[in-house]
Amino acid sequence: MIGVIAQCIIAVSGFAAAFLLMYGLKRMSSPATAASGIRVAGAGMLGAVVGAYFYAFDVDAAAKPHLLVNLGLAIVAMGIGGFIAGRVGKTVKITAMPQMVAIFNSMGGGAAGSIAAVELVGHRANGLTQLVVTLLGASIGSISFSGSIIAWAKLDEVLKRPLQFRGQQVLNVAIVLATVAFGALTVVAMTGGPALLPISTLILSFFGCAMLFGIMLTLPIGGADMPVVMSIFNASTGVAVGLEGYVLGNPALMISGMVVGAAGSLLTILMAQAMNRSILNVLFKKFTVEAAGKPGAIVGEEKPAQASDAAIDMRYAKSVIIVPGYGLAVSQGQQKLYDFVKLLVAAGVSVKFAIHPVAGRMPGQMDVLLAEAGVPYDMIFQLADINDQFATTDVALVIGANDVVNPAARTDKSSPIYGMPILNADKAKKCYVVKRTAGGKGYSGVVNTLFYLPDTLMIYGDAAAVCGEMVEAVKSLGAAAA
Amino acid sequence: MDSLMTVNVFTGAYIFMLAAFAGWVIIGNVPAILHTPLMSGSNFVHGIVVVGGLFVLLNASSVTEQTIGFVAVLLGSGNVAGGYTVTARMLAMFKPSVVPAKQKS
Repeated sequence: MIGVIAQCIIAVSGFAAAFLLMYGLKRMSSPATAASGIRVAGAGMLGAVVGAYFYAFDVDAAAKPHLLVNLGLAIVAMGIGGFIAGRVGKTVKITAMPQMVAIFNSMGGGAAGSIAAVELVGHRANGLTQLVVTLLGASIGSISFSGSIIAWAKLDEVLKRPLQFRGQQVLNVAIVLATVAFGALTVVAMTGGPALLPISTLILSFFGCAMLFGIMLTLPIGGADMPVVMSIFNASTGVAVGLEGYVLGNPALMISGMVVGAAGSLLTILMAQAMNRSILNVLFKKFTVEAAGKPGAIVGEEKPAQASDAAIDMRYAKSVIIVPGYGLAVSQGQQKLYDFVKLLVAAGVSVKFAIHPVAGRMPGQMDVLLAEAGVPYDMIFQLADINDQFATTDVALVIGANDVVNPAARTDKSSPIYGMPILNADKAKKCYVVKRTAGGKGYSGVVNTLFYLPDTLMIYGDAAAVCGEMVEAVKSLGAAAA
Repeated sequence: MDSLMTVNVFTGAYIFMLAAFAGWVIIGNVPAILHTPLMSGSNFVHGIVVVGGLFVLLNASSVTEQTIGFVAVLLGSGNVAGGYTVTARMLAMFKPSVVPAKQKS
């Protein structure tokens, strides 16, 4: 009797969670309702987790003697995992958010893989379909687990260079084939067929190969493409969760997982389109840095300028377009930058922000950053809406951005970023670039020809410090005039 | 849980198909400004995997199962807690721009 009541509670909480998670995601897809969306989804999740503890009233006969230990383990695991991740999520700098999404995504993939492992070890998945679905979910989850960790390492710049070597594609194909082979052998062995190796060895080899593939797939991909890769892994984890949900007979997992799978896939396509690349191209194209860095392509040299001179120049300009990038996020200069912008606006300068779809380490990261500083939406423009306006603009201020304004993407066919739409900062009458150090390479490792153009001046320094100097310069100008 | 919730292959396929369609529609027409928070938000949503982790851990009957189940719950709850805090922090920055909008003119 208690078992039936527990089942009802689990079923209802799961149903409510599936609805609230989807509804929350819907609310998150519009700026006006976004903040409430995560609370709606959070409520659904809380209900589902509390409901899941009612599984304790309806466990298998074999698990009954272990129930207290298992409950203790569950509470400890949830306490540790929840506390650490929640703490890190709360305290991490806003610039490190992309890495955090990578690491939390990796955890989801790992959890889906672990569930599949228990299903296999405990012989819970019965029949051909269940086994195949379990293994499919397990492989996708494992790839997502290890791949996201590599993505984290790249975003966090623990790993700096894309790793490429001869025969990489062949090796990757071999690893995929090995994964499929171990999976097939596991299915054969577990459906009563002959076992070539002990089942536990087969399962371990299967997981090992899948995780190795995740690593090998991500290692050769350049930093600039990491957002797209993250989005793919996010969708993959969703699919893995959905598939394991099927094996567990839990529709809440199936629905939530597959919604993320589809939403994540669409998000990936939108991002890849913004970069003018196909997804296959991102994953498998050889990324040759050497060819792009040819010194012969560079004409002229970098010309330094003072922050205060640049500030006064902009104060007397008619129009300014600001192109923010990751460097701004790193130095946390968004507030100072907006202070400077407010002074310009007060002086009658028309100021706009131009956001490249992949500026920063994640699409939309700059929007988040500027929103944090309080910059109103209507000053922020996306690439397609503003790109034609550079030609009629007095000053383009590139601050901490690099690859997204590199004119080589338009002209240099040998450049790895060739074909990516860029912001036309080079077409403005004058261009100031705020950058920490001299030397023109961006995150993708490509030399930026914009820095060497005759109308480009370089301001070396930390973005926040430079913005501070610019604010002072304009203020002292006002004081002198008064 | 056999009696209340059974999902056969075809019901499963229908659920997957409808859920995939829903996900596609939900994200369609989303402004670029929300790409990052949405990726983070959907990252939180697949944290529901922790429910599956709890199921296998509570039903574990050997040390191996308990160990892997423990890992599943640990990772799953990390996904939930981290995904929630990061998404909430990002979205908290999106305030209605009534006051700042005036400064532009």
